[in-house]
Amino acid sequence: MPAVSMTVNGKAVTGDVEARTLLVQFLRENLRLTGTHVGCDTSQCGACVVHIDGIAAKSCTTLALQCEGAKVTTIEGLAEPNGPLHPMQEAFRENHGLQCGFCTPGMIMAALDIVRRRGNDLDEHTIREQLDGNICRCTGYHNIVKAIAAGAKAMAKGGAHQAAE
Amino acid sequence: MYNFTFHRPTTVRQAAGLLARNPEAKLLAGGHSLLPVMKLRLANPSALIDLSLVEGLSGVEQKGRSIVIGAMTRHADAANSPVLQQVLPGLASVPASIGDPQVRNRGTIGGSIANNDPNADYPAACLGLGATIITNKRRIAADDFFTGMFSTALEEGEIIAKVSFPIAKKAAYEKFKHPASGFALVGVFVSKRGADIRVAVTGAGASGVFRVKSFEEALKKRFAAKSLEGMTIPASGMNSDIHASAEYRAHLVGVLARRALVKATA
Repeated sequence: MPAVSMTVNGKAVTGDVEARTLLVQFLRENLRLTGTHVGCDTSQCGACVVHIDGIAAKSCTTLALQCEGAKVTTIEGLAEPNGPLHPMQEAFRENHGLQCGFCTPGMIMAALDIVRRRGNDLDEHTIREQLDGNICRCTGYHNIVKAIAAGAKAMAKGGAHQAAE
Repeated sequence: MYNFTFHRPTTVRQAAGLLARNPEAKLLAGGHSLLPVMKLRLANPSALIDLSLVEGLSGVEQKGRSIVIGAMTRHADAANSPVLQQVLPGLASVPASIGDPQVRNRGTIGGSIANNDPNADYPAACLGLGATIITNKRRIAADDFFTGMFSTALEEGEIIAKVSFPIAKKAAYEKFKHPASGFALVGVFVSKRGADIRVAVTGAGASGVFRVKSFEEALKKRFAAKSLEGMTIPASGMNSDIHASAEYRAHLVGVLARRALVKATA
């Protein structure tokens, strides 16, 4: 089996994988980082969004081998264990931006990409349009949108412009 | 998905060599069309040749009176290219309308046109601007490149390197998005460059992207929405599925062509 090595959440990792292994499989099954979810498995729902070299991508539609040498950040990489939450995570908690929570990791990783591309002052229309690739089946979009606007602002204050990547 | 061997060449020559040695291989660009099809086991390549490390295949630049986009240029990078937005905003709006942000972060122009999905957006832009597809072997006019649904003039071992678009004075794209997938139920690209007037349609035709000669003829007098008032195209040869009937798609071609003309002449 081919070997793959990459940096995940700041840590160098390696593994032997079949060529057909998806990045999301590698993260969940090899590295046991189960915060990244598989929802639709057809690149539509966004539950599997992670950052590859700082850019949001759907890990269910990316091969692990395509990430050889890349820096990958997952939801687990945003805050220190037992440390304070990342401002975007805190904003989701504060605004009740989740119901069942299944879509939340993907929503937060997508939200950070919106901040990267559009800055910290986000209006509702921009957020809704930019969340095109993330589906919440509880249909809790209202508070998700509020959380992203608040999280983006909080990131500007705290100087945390990006995830720890 | 069935297993395969995986290769990461760093030059086009290496990639071509791998293709020649693996007749059942497929090139991998962004992977956002190919990997879903492989998951469904509709494609079963023996090898994937990942082009992401091949140098010189990415970027948008102006060369004289043309815009040249590298085959591995991601949709997000093309859509946000300052030079493209400045000299040919109608073309920049095409990648900006594809899929969702995460898909645009991965998908590429080369992958889109090599796949020639009948609902893809870039084929309409290539045909609607009279682009030239430049491969490792030759230059192919867009009019000769798209040969039918999921079919192109590319030969065995041929790799798209870049696409050259002439800078048209007036150009615009309008699409009716499928609300769930974001694919073009119908999309129309219009352009005018001197006497060259083009109207190209994606999403509607049963054989993929096509030009509407009757509209182009009508626009010769005046390049404006008014010239197409009341005009439609016949429903024969249009796609028909659960999303839209052939008649509805034919109707949309007229509506979207007029909307694109309003945008192009604004």
